[in-house]
Amino acid sequence: MAEITYLEAIREGLVEEMVRDPNVFCLGEDIGAYGGAFKVTDGLVARFGEQRVLDTPISEVGIVGAAAGAAHMGMRPVVEMQFIDFIANAYDMLTNYVATARYRAMLPCPMVVRGPSGGYVRGGPFHSQNPEAGFVHTPGLKVVYPATAEDAKGLIKSAIRDDDCVLFFEHKYLYRRVKGVMPDGDHVVPIGKARTAREGTDLSIITYAATVFKALEAAEQLQAEDGISVEVIDLRTLAPLDDEAIQATVRKTNRVLIVHEDTRTGGLAGEITARINERSFAWLDAPVLRVTAHDVPLPYAPQLEDFVLPQTSDIVRAARAVVRY
Amino acid sequence: MVPSKGAASKSAAKRPRVAPPTAAAETPLPQDKLRELYYWMRLTRTLEERLVALYRQTKVVGGLFRSLGQEADSVGSAFALERRDVLSPLIRNLGSMLVKGATPLEILRQYMAKGDSPTRGRELNIHFGDRERGFIGQISPLGDMLPVMAGVTLSFKMRGEDRVGLVYVGDGATSTGAFHEGINFAAVQRCPLVVVVENNGYAYSTPTHKQTAAKQFVDKALGYGVPGEQADGNDVLAVYAATRRGVDRARRGEGVTLLEFMTYRRKGHAEHDNQSYVPKGEIERWERENDPLTRFTDRLTSEFGVDNAALEAIDDRVRAEVDAATDEAEKSPPPEALDALVGVYADPATAETLWYREGESAAVEQHERAEGWGTYSAGASTTPKED
Repeated sequence: MAEITYLEAIREGLVEEMVRDPNVFCLGEDIGAYGGAFKVTDGLVARFGEQRVLDTPISEVGIVGAAAGAAHMGMRPVVEMQFIDFIANAYDMLTNYVATARYRAMLPCPMVVRGPSGGYVRGGPFHSQNPEAGFVHTPGLKVVYPATAEDAKGLIKSAIRDDDCVLFFEHKYLYRRVKGVMPDGDHVVPIGKARTAREGTDLSIITYAATVFKALEAAEQLQAEDGISVEVIDLRTLAPLDDEAIQATVRKTNRVLIVHEDTRTGGLAGEITARINERSFAWLDAPVLRVTAHDVPLPYAPQLEDFVLPQTSDIVRAARAVVRY
Repeated sequence: MVPSKGAASKSAAKRPRVAPPTAAAETPLPQDKLRELYYWMRLTRTLEERLVALYRQTKVVGGLFRSLGQEADSVGSAFALERRDVLSPLIRNLGSMLVKGATPLEILRQYMAKGDSPTRGRELNIHFGDRERGFIGQISPLGDMLPVMAGVTLSFKMRGEDRVGLVYVGDGATSTGAFHEGINFAAVQRCPLVVVVENNGYAYSTPTHKQTAAKQFVDKALGYGVPGEQADGNDVLAVYAATRRGVDRARRGEGVTLLEFMTYRRKGHAEHDNQSYVPKGEIERWERENDPLTRFTDRLTSEFGVDNAALEAIDDRVRAEVDAATDEAEKSPPPEALDALVGVYADPATAETLWYREGESAAVEQHERAEGWGTYSAGASTTPKED
C-alpha cells in the first residue's frame, strides 16, 4: 500500500467510519463544497451528500451544542473547528454541557470535536494554539493528539466509536509533512494507550504531537554526540493519561524529561511530573525537567515564534542537564 | 410574519405589565382535555407548595425554584406536544416536565438529594431528563439548551422522524450568545423546533428593559427569518393554541417558530430572594388580577360548564398524590458516597478512588458533611469552643 499523509489518514478514517455507520456525520464551517480550511473533508460532500456533511454558520457554541443534541439521540457527529483556537468559543458548551451530560443526566454524548492545532507554522496568536490542557482538566472529556499518520487514522476511528466526547487535536505542521503506510483492514488505535516511539535506557522523553519528532531528532543527536540512549514516549492520548506507560518508562531509565509545545504554567508536564512524583519518586535519579513553550501568546514573526516554542536544541540541552544531574 | 396578539403585546410595552385577562376564542378542547390541563396546573402548584414546606423543614438540600403564576405557560405549551416529541425545560418549567411524565416522587427525591432520585443525587431541583419520556435535562448556563435542542431536532430531520422539539428560554437567556447561535443554526437548518421565550419580567433581579432594547422579544423572530407569535402566557388555552400552531408548522417541515409568552414571576429567583427590587404592589396586582389558575378555573366553570365539584375532586386527587409521593420520598435513602465516582464516562465506568479515601467513605460522612460547608467559621474549626 502507498504512503499517505497524516491529513489523508484522518480523511480516510472519517470516510471509513461514515461508510460503516450511517449515524456518523460531519458538521463545521466551510467543510462541504470547500472541503475545510485544510481540506481534511475534501470530497466528503460529493460522496455522502449535504445531509451528512453540513456547512454551518460561524457558531462554535451552536455547532458543538447541536452535535451534543444529535448525539443524545443516537447520532455520532464529528465537529470540525476551523482552527482549534476557536474551541475557546465553545468552552462553556464543552465543559458545562457536554462533559457533564452523562454524569448529571445519563445523556450520552458520543461525539468528536476535531481541528487543526499547534504552531511552527507562522500562524500567529489565533491559528497556532495548543489549548488541550484546559480540556484534559475537565472530567467527562477525552483528549487525543496523534503524532503519526497511522495513529491519526486509528485514533479518529476510535474517537468516532467512543461512547463519550473525544477532542481530537490534529497538528497542522504534521498534516502534509508526516506520512505513513496504513495497516490493512479495520485499523483502530485504542484511546488511552501511549506508544514507545524509540526504545532507550538512559533517559525518557515523554511528549506528544509535533514535539515527538523534535524529541526523536534530539535522541539521535544525543546518541551520536553523547552516547546517551534516549527512550521517547508518544502519549497519543492526553485524557485519560496512560499512567502505566509513564511509570514504566520512569522505572526503566530513572531520568525523565517532559516536552510539550503548549505553554508551561498549568501545562500537562506539571501533571505528569506530579504523577511520577507520587508513584515513582524512589526510582528517580534526577529531578523531572520540562521543555515547553514560554508563557506568552504565540507570536507571528519567525524570530519570535522560534524563540517561544520548544526546539530540538532545547531538548538536547535539557536532556543533558537531566543526565548529568 | 410577526402577528402580535392584541392585548398581550400592548401590555408588554407599558410598565408594570399586567396583561388583562383576555377572552381568547381559541380552538376549544374537549372536556376531558380541559380537566387534564387543570390537573397539571394544580399539580404544579400543589407540588411546589409542598416543596416550600419541605424547604422550611430543611429537607430540601439546595435552593427552591418556584413557577408560581407561570403554570399556564409551562403546562399549556407542553400539552401541545405528542408523547414522541422532546422538550427542554428550564427552572420554571416543572409543569412542562409533569405533563411529559416526570412524577412528583421524582421531583421530591431530586430536591431532597436522595440516592434513588433521577440523578442519584448528582444534580439539583428539576435538573434532570429522560429521553424515553421526551425531556432533556437542563444545565444552569442559560441559553445553552437552544443549540442542544437544535441538534436534537436536527437528528429528527436527518432520520425523517415525525417528531418535533420545544425549548424554553427566559427573557434573560435571550441575551446570551448561545441563544443567538442556537436559534440561528436551527433556523438555517429548518429544524422542527419551537422556541418559547417566557417573558416573566425578571431575570433574577434584572427587569426586561435592562435585558434588551427591543420593544418585545417576539420582534427578534424577524432577524432569524422565522415566524414569531406573542401570546398571553397566563391564559393556558392561548398558550396551548399558539404552541400548537408552532408545533404544526414544525411537523409540516416549515422549521423554527419563536413564541413569546407574557407572564409574571410572582416569587423571587429562588426561595431565598426577597424581591426587594420589585415595585411595591406589582406582585399583589398580578396575584389579584392575573393568576393563571384562577383565570382558568373561572373559564372552566363559567364558559365550559365544568362544575366546582369536579375541580374540587381534582384538587383532592392532587393533594393525595402529593401526600403519597412525599411519604415515599422521605423514606428514600441518601446516595452512597462512592456512587459519586460512577458514570463520568461509559469507559472507564468508575473514576479512581484517591488513595487516602480507599475504604474510608465513613470518614467523609463524619468529617466533611456538606451541611457543614460555610456554616462554621475558619476559627471555629481549628479552635473548638470550650463549654
